[in-house]
Amino acid sequence: MPQLIQRYTAPERANHWVVAVSFILLTLSGLALFQPEFFVLSYVLGGGTWSRILHPFIGVLLALSFGRSALRYWNDNKITEADRQWMKRIFDVIRNRDQGLPEIGKYNIGQKYLFWTWVVTILLLFVSGVVMWQPYFTPYFTVGVVRVAVLVHAFSAVVAILGLIVHVYSGVLWVRGSLRAMTQGTVTAAWAKEHHPAWYRSVGKGAK
Amino acid sequence: MTQQALEVERRSATGTLPAPAPATKVAKLIDISKCIGCKACQTACMEWNDLRDEIGHNAGVYDNPRDLTDQSWTVMRFSEVELEAGKLEWLIRKDGCMHCADPGCLKACPAPGAIVQYSNGIVDFNHEHCIGCGYCISGCPFNIPRLSKKDNKASKCTLCSDRVAVGQQPACVKTCPTKAITFGTKDDMIKQAEGRITDLKSRGYTNAGLYDPKGVGGTHVMYVLQHADKPEAYHGLPRDPGISPMVSVWKGVTKPILSAVLGLAVFGALVHYVTVGPKAEHEEK
Repeated sequence: MPQLIQRYTAPERANHWVVAVSFILLTLSGLALFQPEFFVLSYVLGGGTWSRILHPFIGVLLALSFGRSALRYWNDNKITEADRQWMKRIFDVIRNRDQGLPEIGKYNIGQKYLFWTWVVTILLLFVSGVVMWQPYFTPYFTVGVVRVAVLVHAFSAVVAILGLIVHVYSGVLWVRGSLRAMTQGTVTAAWAKEHHPAWYRSVGKGAK
Repeated sequence: MTQQALEVERRSATGTLPAPAPATKVAKLIDISKCIGCKACQTACMEWNDLRDEIGHNAGVYDNPRDLTDQSWTVMRFSEVELEAGKLEWLIRKDGCMHCADPGCLKACPAPGAIVQYSNGIVDFNHEHCIGCGYCISGCPFNIPRLSKKDNKASKCTLCSDRVAVGQQPACVKTCPTKAITFGTKDDMIKQAEGRITDLKSRGYTNAGLYDPKGVGGTHVMYVLQHADKPEAYHGLPRDPGISPMVSVWKGVTKPILSAVLGLAVFGALVHYVTVGPKAEHEEK
């Protein structure tokens, strides 16, 4: 048995999958309403009208669950000097030439940029989404504000979905051994030493 | 919403449509100088389209109801204006859908087939396909569509497409006692308007003119205005209406470009996976 280190607790994992499932449902139903060629995706939520009804409520669920994660991981995502050094070798990282990278902590700068991208875009999506929410909120705004909101919603959604593609690819396919952190909650000591050496030294001591 | 006799020229959220046979464009001409504000057209509209609005309250003005609703597709707008000092004028404009040649509602609509434009120019809503998102409201330069509080479907004047399809004129036209509203081919209506404008000019309305705004490609509901130089005097009729640039960007370049970016990102991940491959730990045993 490889040595295992706890990375995420059960409540953290549960919350992550609430974010993940709502994010995916929002992506599919949102694309359906954004681009007519994707309208068939509206059947994921039971058709166009049901997509229109459910999408905003799922959006609130995402905002709440992501907001909880954002607060919990806020301090872990402050960008440090080691991160900046690491960033200079981003093209080596992409090509899997990881030897001699600066020692980074629980998250690398790519993960941190992704975190802040989502903090900003999900906030924009939430605010513009409320403005677009028929029939409850839109009548309280002028048509000029609604027109800005739909555009902001579309652009920030695409940025957020690009983040999702990067996140899923990195976590599931690219960096082997990452997914188990969000399914079982643990990673191997080798994984931690390889990808997050500073974090490994701070928590690895108590590993079972 | 109708009908087999009308061919669809444009359909919301639909990129591919067979080209319809060329058809004669129709238009409704509303001559404001002839309107006496009797509201017979409002009543005829209710009757033909089987609409019953809630009974409201008198707000001290003649406008009744106060605004368009999903049950009131046309409303007389009364404006008391003094364009020349000492000369009070009562301008009465029949408000409702203008049936733009370039309809902002149709452009904004995300539901395939919920809004169509027939080859004769009529823009029509189809409740069966409407999802109730209200995007048509943000697309419209004239603030016309209204969502029903009951089923959340959007409604507006159909230009009585069901009557026009069988060779009848719209209900409001049929009932108008002063013939302030007329209906026919767009060419004929423009010609008729020219006659009226000449007449109005000869009687001192030197700025009389036709309201057929080019910013939306022209409209299939047109006004003869005594003061065509001041359309705003007619209860805020927009001088130069057009589809908001926000809506054009949102429904124009944004859709294909952003969709392509997302597709390329997924493809890029695939290429990375098959060229660079996964990252594994070095000392993993």
